[in-house]
Amino acid sequence: MSKRQVIALVAALVLFAILPQFLKSYGIYLMTLLCVYLMAAFGLNLIVGYAGQMSIGQAAFYGIGAYVAAILMTKMDVSFWFALPIAAIACFVVGLALGFPALRVQHHYLAFATLGFNVLVFLVMRNEEALTGGTFGISNIPRPSIFGYSLDGALPFFYFAFVSVIMLASVLWWLLRSPWGRAFAALRDNPIRAESTGVNITAYTLLAFAIGAACAGIGGVYLAALVNFIEPGQFHLSVSLLMLLAVIVGGSGRFFGPVLGSVVVVLLPEWLRFLQDWYLAIFGFAVIVLMVYLPGGLLSLGDRFKSGGGTP
Amino acid sequence: MVDLLQLIISGTATGAIYGLCALGFTLLWQASGTINFAQGEFVMVPAFLMLFFINTAGLPMWLAFLLTCLVAMALLGYTFKRAMVDPLIRHGVIPLVIATLGLSIGVKQLVKAGVTAQAQPFNSIFPDGLLSLGSLKVSYMDVGTLLLAGLIVVSLQMFLNRTVTGRAMQAVAQNTDAAKILGINVARTVLYTFLINAVLAVVAALLVTPTYLAKFDMGDSIGLKAFYAAIIGGFNQTRGALLGGVLVGVLENLTGAYISPAYKEGVALMLFLVVIIFRPEGLLGKAEERKV
Repeated sequence: MSKRQVIALVAALVLFAILPQFLKSYGIYLMTLLCVYLMAAFGLNLIVGYAGQMSIGQAAFYGIGAYVAAILMTKMDVSFWFALPIAAIACFVVGLALGFPALRVQHHYLAFATLGFNVLVFLVMRNEEALTGGTFGISNIPRPSIFGYSLDGALPFFYFAFVSVIMLASVLWWLLRSPWGRAFAALRDNPIRAESTGVNITAYTLLAFAIGAACAGIGGVYLAALVNFIEPGQFHLSVSLLMLLAVIVGGSGRFFGPVLGSVVVVLLPEWLRFLQDWYLAIFGFAVIVLMVYLPGGLLSLGDRFKSGGGTP
Repeated sequence: MVDLLQLIISGTATGAIYGLCALGFTLLWQASGTINFAQGEFVMVPAFLMLFFINTAGLPMWLAFLLTCLVAMALLGYTFKRAMVDPLIRHGVIPLVIATLGLSIGVKQLVKAGVTAQAQPFNSIFPDGLLSLGSLKVSYMDVGTLLLAGLIVVSLQMFLNRTVTGRAMQAVAQNTDAAKILGINVARTVLYTFLINAVLAVVAALLVTPTYLAKFDMGDSIGLKAFYAAIIGGFNQTRGALLGGVLVGVLENLTGAYISPAYKEGVALMLFLVVIIFRPEGLLGKAEERKV
């Protein structure tokens, strides 16, 4: 990162941190939701942008995280701090179990498998009433406290989620710059050459998928605590599709792509509320135009100008 | 026993509609490498077009159907190919898949916001009532659906196998470069595939809308089922799409009746996942390889 980029990043973070001070409770809720959504979207970017796989089931992992945490916290009185790692590990393991057979056969089959998996998870959430509360969902999910300081308030919980997403992003940043992460770049740019230099493609891709799933699980735990209520509709296939579009619209394979994409799908519809259903209609067609003219996503716009406006 | 047979027959009829959609899906994939995630919306749009021609323009059913076929061929066939597939396929499969996802959301919301969010009734072209064959009772709608879908499939197979154009389409699907060398006009042949897909979608809309009702999100379910069907049967297999469609339709009916209505989709979904994992070429995929 250049010096200018670091300054821009710090400025953006500071702005993001002080903005909620001036917002009403709904605005703070939306900013918190953005942080939570970002956890899952960062994970998806790892899968889509860095490992080059299509996942159409990120909402399933988002949901598994949320449900595992909600069931543990409301029915078994487990604390948030235990529920969080359990949910993350559960998603990681399920990710391995789903990804291993799907990646073994043919690479783009992961997209199909995750799609089917998302529908299946939705059916289980909706139908297994004894465990998941069915269509009524699970309510009264508590918010955590940290060192005896309660995070029940809107602002404290926002700062908690804000710091958490920064921590999660830092871990991913570090991962991508480790030798392990550099193998990804090789993988994405030229899989055959990467394999010939000893990178085990399937193992790396699988691990990326499972880590991405775990990120979504973590996001799900925060979502459950933020909204205090979860139901199957929050984790429908359409949520996965929108999240995939968010990551690609922002710029997949660019670290901050998901941030821009998440703003487009989480915050923008609220600011442009007068558009109602037209918002998604415009968004859908804008995605087509974007794919035709700027397949690298919005963040690749900068590169386009740098290279003198020519096609990249 | 009679119940079981009735469930299988009505499941086959529903499955035949899924099969029609899946057939278009696999044709597009074979001819141009397009994975169309807006396939469900390709059924929803003709349903609304037909309603418009019947209710607003006051046309008879058959004329509305023909006009819808023309509009669908122009819009969902020609325009879809020229405006989206041609510029995007150069970048690879993924940008195109993403664009069709965008198209799916865009069209769906456009109908919701601009036309109606309510489900619209749609008359069946077949009479109400039941056909009795001994103790077996089958609705005219199921029989008609099976006959019409069967007719479409047989004529499509004849077209693909017996006519020069059809054989050229198969050649392009198998090996584009070789087809080009043999003097086949690849671009035009691929266009035919898109036109056929559009017509198949209109027929599917005609058959499925009386039960599904015309609604902006009706494509979600049918698109998903067509997708299962295509993968279960074999992505590279025209016949596979039909087998997959019928399997999904029958399994749905049987699961709904004997296991749990809440998991109606469940068994077909499990079959879909098992096929992806253990037989990614689809149920009929292997047989074709052996023949070669």
